[in-house]
Amino acid sequence: MSAQVQSKKEPEAVFEARKVSKVYRMGEVEVRALDAVDVNLYEGELVVLLGASGSGKSTLLNILGGLDVPTSGEVHYRDHNLTAADDAELTRFRRDHVGFVFQFYNLIPSLTAFENVELVTDIAADPMRVDEALDLVGLTERMNHFPSQLSGGEQQRVAIARAIAKRPEVLLCDEPTGALDYKTGKLVLEVIEKVNRELGTTTAVITHNAAIAGMADRVVRMQSGRIVDVHRNLRKASPAELEW
Amino acid sequence: MRPLDRKLYRDLWHIRGQVAAIALVVACGVAAFVAMQSTYRSLIASQDSYYTEYRFADVFTHVKRAPESLKSRMMESPGVGVIETRVAADVILDVPGVEEPATGRLVSIPSDSAPVLNALHIEKGRYPELKDEVAVSGAFSRANNLNPGATLGAVINGRWQRLRIVGVALSPEFIYEIRGGDLFPDNRRFGVLWMNRDALGAAFNMEGAFNDLSVRLAPGGRETEVIERLDELLAPYGSLSAYGRADQASHFFLSNEIAELRVTGTFIPGVFLLVTAFLIHLVLSRLVNTEREQIGLLKAFGYSSREVGFHYLKLALVAVTGGILLGLGVGWYFGYQMTALYAEFFHFPVLRYETGWRILVWAVLISFGAASLGALGAVGRAVGLPPAEAMRPEPPARFRPGLVERAGFQRFLPVTLRMIVRNLERYPLKAALSALGMSLSVALLIVGFYFFDAINRVIEVQFGSVYREDALVAFNEPRSGRARFELERLPGVMNVETFRSVPVRLRFGSHMRRTGILGIEPDGELFRVVDKDFRVFRPPPEGLVLTTELAKSLGVTRGDELTVEVLEGERPVKQVMVVDTVDEMLGLSAYMDRRALNRLMREGETISGARLMVDERESARLYSLLKRTPSVSGVIIPGSTLQNFNDTISRTIGTSTTVIIVFACVIALGVIYNGARIALSERGRELASLRVLGFTQREVGVMLLGEQAVLTFVSVPLGYCIGLLLILLITRAVDTELIRLPLVVSGKTFALAFLIVVAAAAFSALLVGWRLRRLDLIAVLKTRE
Repeated sequence: MSAQVQSKKEPEAVFEARKVSKVYRMGEVEVRALDAVDVNLYEGELVVLLGASGSGKSTLLNILGGLDVPTSGEVHYRDHNLTAADDAELTRFRRDHVGFVFQFYNLIPSLTAFENVELVTDIAADPMRVDEALDLVGLTERMNHFPSQLSGGEQQRVAIARAIAKRPEVLLCDEPTGALDYKTGKLVLEVIEKVNRELGTTTAVITHNAAIAGMADRVVRMQSGRIVDVHRNLRKASPAELEW
Repeated sequence: MRPLDRKLYRDLWHIRGQVAAIALVVACGVAAFVAMQSTYRSLIASQDSYYTEYRFADVFTHVKRAPESLKSRMMESPGVGVIETRVAADVILDVPGVEEPATGRLVSIPSDSAPVLNALHIEKGRYPELKDEVAVSGAFSRANNLNPGATLGAVINGRWQRLRIVGVALSPEFIYEIRGGDLFPDNRRFGVLWMNRDALGAAFNMEGAFNDLSVRLAPGGRETEVIERLDELLAPYGSLSAYGRADQASHFFLSNEIAELRVTGTFIPGVFLLVTAFLIHLVLSRLVNTEREQIGLLKAFGYSSREVGFHYLKLALVAVTGGILLGLGVGWYFGYQMTALYAEFFHFPVLRYETGWRILVWAVLISFGAASLGALGAVGRAVGLPPAEAMRPEPPARFRPGLVERAGFQRFLPVTLRMIVRNLERYPLKAALSALGMSLSVALLIVGFYFFDAINRVIEVQFGSVYREDALVAFNEPRSGRARFELERLPGVMNVETFRSVPVRLRFGSHMRRTGILGIEPDGELFRVVDKDFRVFRPPPEGLVLTTELAKSLGVTRGDELTVEVLEGERPVKQVMVVDTVDEMLGLSAYMDRRALNRLMREGETISGARLMVDERESARLYSLLKRTPSVSGVIIPGSTLQNFNDTISRTIGTSTTVIIVFACVIALGVIYNGARIALSERGRELASLRVLGFTQREVGVMLLGEQAVLTFVSVPLGYCIGLLLILLITRAVDTELIRLPLVVSGKTFALAFLIVVAAAAFSALLVGWRLRRLDLIAVLKTRE
């Protein structure tokens, strides 16, 4: 079952995905990762995509972020048709509009925290200052450290600083706390919430941890490649209040 | 097949591109080894058996005229085994189809038996018997298409004579058929003619006498002793001093070639095997790192560390096996071709190409040795990994502030460059070895092309600045200076410069050298003394100018007085001052003003020959006249010699250039491709992250390949240095008294080496770039290292 997620009061949609399907061919087996999904992401909101592993949430996020293209259906980012874009255009799109945060941080090991952020501000049109971005995630002190000299939580915060330094319109986080312990995970979620609140960046967080859904404006629940439920939180919890 | 072996073949298939690159490097090394060592063996074996079977002499000497009766006295000298006396002389030849006069070396063979020493191998026809019959040397016969039944003209002791060719022969004395004093053979204009001793003796008034002597040492006989004794005995008969095989022209060239082959046949394969070891190290280390978990698993299942280690060693050996097989085949074929090429320059009755099984076994052994050496580190790591640790993923790449950061330079470098520098800094040894491998490829090109530069310089100096005459005419006897006017009257002669040349022994302290003094016209233009840097030396009115090499071998410096013992005429002995030395590339020469030399000889205006400037339109007439001039023993046309040399060289130059370029490209390709491919596998995740962040393929490509680019650019100057160092060693090694290779490397050589290596690197980058394009962004990000 898919759900229509639009109401009159919503602000403008940043992403519009219509009938998006994705089929992977794994040897001789076809895997339907996404099955005719319709979803919108609205300006400034914090959405949590909730689902078990294999539910298709990462595939959806990758397609929205321009890392992957759907087998069928259409995805629009504002007035860009992402489904019709070629590799160069998708690269451009990621460069200009999207910030990514991954479970395994994916920092460049040969660059310091500062330089990892600088890497992105160098190619962005209107970036914030590197120290500003690091300050936002509370890492000014350790900006000259290499990734191997930072803890997991610190690395993830650098990854967030790197993602937001170009002032992206959307921040896409794939299991940002998946590799972190409880305390550090909460710290990272606080940073994400702060970015969403202070910069107004449209944010999507993927997780299999239902507790995290409490911090979202909207929660989209996925199962077997379909959206099974969308609901709006009446009260947004702060990350500090979350328990798991 | 055991599962572990199945894994081995699948692993190899997985990294087939890298295995192929390594196999090519091994193949080049094995091919070079087999080809050169086989050719070397073939030449040595052929030389040995030829010398033995055809009784090549050990000591040689020439006299003016000595009685045959002297032979028994010489035989009594200790160390002398067998003696053969001969009559030999250089004469002018009129060869059908050759416009210029050619030179023939007439050598007598016994009238009643086969030669005792320096026996002939009759290729066609028979031994000469009658007065006008000759056997001609093989190369001369082939170059001029002269076969039994043909005739040619010769001026023998002043009389023009028609000679009938009855045989074509080879002799161990003329394996390299070259005119004395020449550097390159000119088989159209120089040949050996064997003639019946009675006939030749009669023609030169040598009945009961001889002017040429070959000696075979008795077992245990000492060469220096025999030479000393012969010189003593023959001094009254105009002896030119005896010499051993080392100074015999044919033997000298052949031995030099063989020695050179031995050095290059060790050096070139050595380079390839070193690169092989390095590449195996690179690839296998990476493989062991990525397969840590599998190694842990295997050990957990109960495979012993030895079995696991042997598994990876086997992988290295199997990886090079294809290359070895390819190399053996290609090497065998190249060796065959090389030997065939040698047969064109060195004339053996049989030059059999032999690849002994020993060479093949050695080729396999040293290749496996190199592979094992390269595998050592990685295999050791696989053996040493405790199972529990192996099951944990590889720890993250550690970077710490390096040299650049400590110096505070990083602020000035763009981020991309910072990444490149740090990646290089992180594994300095790997970076250094990669650069060294590449630089060997540059060095190989530099050394390969250097030989052409050196030969070009020799030609430029010798034929452009030293020998500027159109023809050199040598008289059979010294003649009065007035002979100059006769030459001037010949058709087409525009300018004449005379010279006097005298065989001498130079002594200084305990040092002695046998050479000649060339007396020239001090202000001459057709012949000038020129050093390797094109500086012209004019001999002063008194004193000697020596080549640096001669001065060095005598231990004299400018201002020293040395003793000159003339070996001609009245054989005067005088003290003469060395007024200058000149760094010439060829030979051991001594120069004087011709008049000063005449004074030293206590003779009036006397000349040994002259150099002519000839009007081209009249040259045919002039040459046909010279062919029949009784007093002329030889005519040398530098232009024809050069032409002939260029023809020979241009045939071989293409082949050797191709081989050098292929060799260098294979190394460059092997090093760069493997380096970049491994960097891609090590940093795939990092590069995918960059793509996700919005970096284009091109930008990510620069970050990946930038490292290889930096290594390439570092390796070029390093390769230049190694190349120059090798050239220095080579010039030292080839520093013979005959030729000293000039230390000149042209800009073209440097540029070509650079371009070829960069092209090979760019090609490797292209291959890896293709891989980079297929990088699966999502898959890479999802998997943990």
